Amino acid sequence: MSTRDVPSAMSRRELLMMIGSVAGSAVSYRAMASLGLTTESKYQGPIRLEGDVKGATVLILGAGIAGMVAALELRKAGYQVQVLEYNNRAGGRNWTLRGGDSYTELGGFTQKCEFDKGLYLNPGPWRIPYHHRGILDYCKRLGVALEPFVQVNYNALVHSSKAFGGAPRRYREVQADFNGHVAELLSKEVAQKKFDKKVTKEDREMLLEALKEWGALDKKGAYVPGRESSERRGYLKPPGGGLSAIPEFSRNIMPMDELLQSRLWAAIGAGHNYEMQTTLFQPVGGMGRIGDAFRREVGNLIRFNAKVTRIQQDAGKVTVNYVDTVKGGATQAATADYCLCTIPLSVLSQIEVNVGAKMQAAISAVPYEASCKVGLQFKRRFWEEDEHIYGGISYTDLPIRLIGYPNTDYHSGGKGVLLGAYVFGPNAYEFTAMSPEERVMKAYEYGKMIHPQYRDSFETGVAVGWHRVPWTLGCAGAWTEEKRAQHYENLCQLDGRILLAGEHASHIPAWQEGAVLSSLDAISRLHKRVISA
Amino acid sequence: MLKFNKHHAPWLAAALLAVVSLGAQAQADLRSGTIFSSGMKFEEKDGESLYRGICQGCHMPDAKGAQGAGAYPALADDPRLAAKAYPAIMVLKGSRAMPSFAMGLDDAQVAAVVNYVRSHFGNSYRDTLSAAEVKALRK
Repeated sequence: MSTRDVPSAMSRRELLMMIGSVAGSAVSYRAMASLGLTTESKYQGPIRLEGDVKGATVLILGAGIAGMVAALELRKAGYQVQVLEYNNRAGGRNWTLRGGDSYTELGGFTQKCEFDKGLYLNPGPWRIPYHHRGILDYCKRLGVALEPFVQVNYNALVHSSKAFGGAPRRYREVQADFNGHVAELLSKEVAQKKFDKKVTKEDREMLLEALKEWGALDKKGAYVPGRESSERRGYLKPPGGGLSAIPEFSRNIMPMDELLQSRLWAAIGAGHNYEMQTTLFQPVGGMGRIGDAFRREVGNLIRFNAKVTRIQQDAGKVTVNYVDTVKGGATQAATADYCLCTIPLSVLSQIEVNVGAKMQAAISAVPYEASCKVGLQFKRRFWEEDEHIYGGISYTDLPIRLIGYPNTDYHSGGKGVLLGAYVFGPNAYEFTAMSPEERVMKAYEYGKMIHPQYRDSFETGVAVGWHRVPWTLGCAGAWTEEKRAQHYENLCQLDGRILLAGEHASHIPAWQEGAVLSSLDAISRLHKRVISA
Repeated sequence: MLKFNKHHAPWLAAALLAVVSLGAQAQADLRSGTIFSSGMKFEEKDGESLYRGICQGCHMPDAKGAQGAGAYPALADDPRLAAKAYPAIMVLKGSRAMPSFAMGLDDAQVAAVVNYVRSHFGNSYRDTLSAAEVKALRK
């Protein structure tokens, strides 16, 4: 290879910038976000809390993932642990709604989930990236069986109500056509030596070869109907056997201008993000299996139906007042040497707690995101039977934003539950503002525009708007860079005898891994304090 | 008002029954939800649509708030609304669990929803907030 003096070689970043200038900034931003600016999970394997804990007691508030990780590890290290939990179950946002479950949201709206046995909705987290090593290790240690979560399904749909007459396209067609057009365009420019100031002669040849491969271009560098493009976007008539074996190439390539205007390309970036890259997992039987497994380990430490009303520390102990939400009665008190509080900030900011002014300001600084999920049960798995969609996600510009297909029980021949809406932003507020029945109705109406089979197959649904979830008042802490700079370190301090943990005390907001790592970090610091005291 | 078609029939009956059994609050809720914004800005324009499309998610259809592990304050019969700048600042800046709506709502929308809440749900403040006053509060 020649010395790289001038002209300098085209960097990957510059290539992406070029793609971005063609496709709109969203694509290059997404592509660049996956270029290694992110770091791997800091998980270093099972935590070791060694040394004499001198009989110290710890009161943990909240039996979600962060609280139960702490309970399990601190007890193992020799601490006396007790946990207070508002709900009558363990897991927090690690939660699965199954047939027979009843859920009452704020405002008193009660839903009875009428799904068939074995079918479920994960209202909160539903996928675990392979690099979320902390939560995966707890799954391993606690015997929670995992199966693949399909993030990208090339045969799923990409839909815009405003493009192609409202007819959905297949993900693989959108990706193949977008890449093909961009590759052809760039290839022509490169061939005409437009980038000679940026690309050496040797690299020019290499780039042309790469573009041909990346974009499925033909020998002449064109993205046209033929074997190359059909191998990406699928065939009109796929290769077969015997006398009917001869394939017919796909001919309906979407014109570049129409594809660009359709904005369907916005959907092909999701699986490129670090957090969505293959392989992802889900627990067999629903995300709530993780909470169930933790409960088997530490359930005897948990006091359920306990609503915390006050957290006070003095020189020698922490006292937490709580009321029993079922039995009622007088306010009760629990005391311990230390308190690990995992209560969401949306709730904690309303509870009297005597920490320093800086931590108090941090607790009050973080609003909680809106989000809504709707699960719809169908009497027939039409997406598999009619459309050969096995798991994964279809995307749409309709308010439901996506349809998620079950990544399990393929070919079971029975019923199935789709994620019929998963919404953030303004639409999440609008969905949350409806009654649960109306959310289900809207998810049905919009989903029917993509899958007309809804009409004959729909049976029942459940809907969770996270701002109405009584114990979180939102789905996750909505940090901004400014708020992190001002408050994050203050939030994570050990303030006297109190420290916080949870996804809100992590840089992986809304992911269970954030709760795990935050909890391990907090108890490590707490332990250090205890053994050095 | 929602439009029903024949295809809802098998399960709409059940949904309606469930809604009716929840009482007046849920019936009021059924009138909402016909507006879905297309981007990151809310597209509801008048005060009632804004309240029904956004606020009642937390403050509830009757504006009486709700109580769980934490609480959403009532806006009904709320003496804190006497000063019209107070609800406007809450909407623009947010407070604790409540997000800021400064990016999602324009000045006219903030004024419309503040004026709606201050003249409904047992509140009857006569003075109104203008879009220009909202603009000044953003600074």
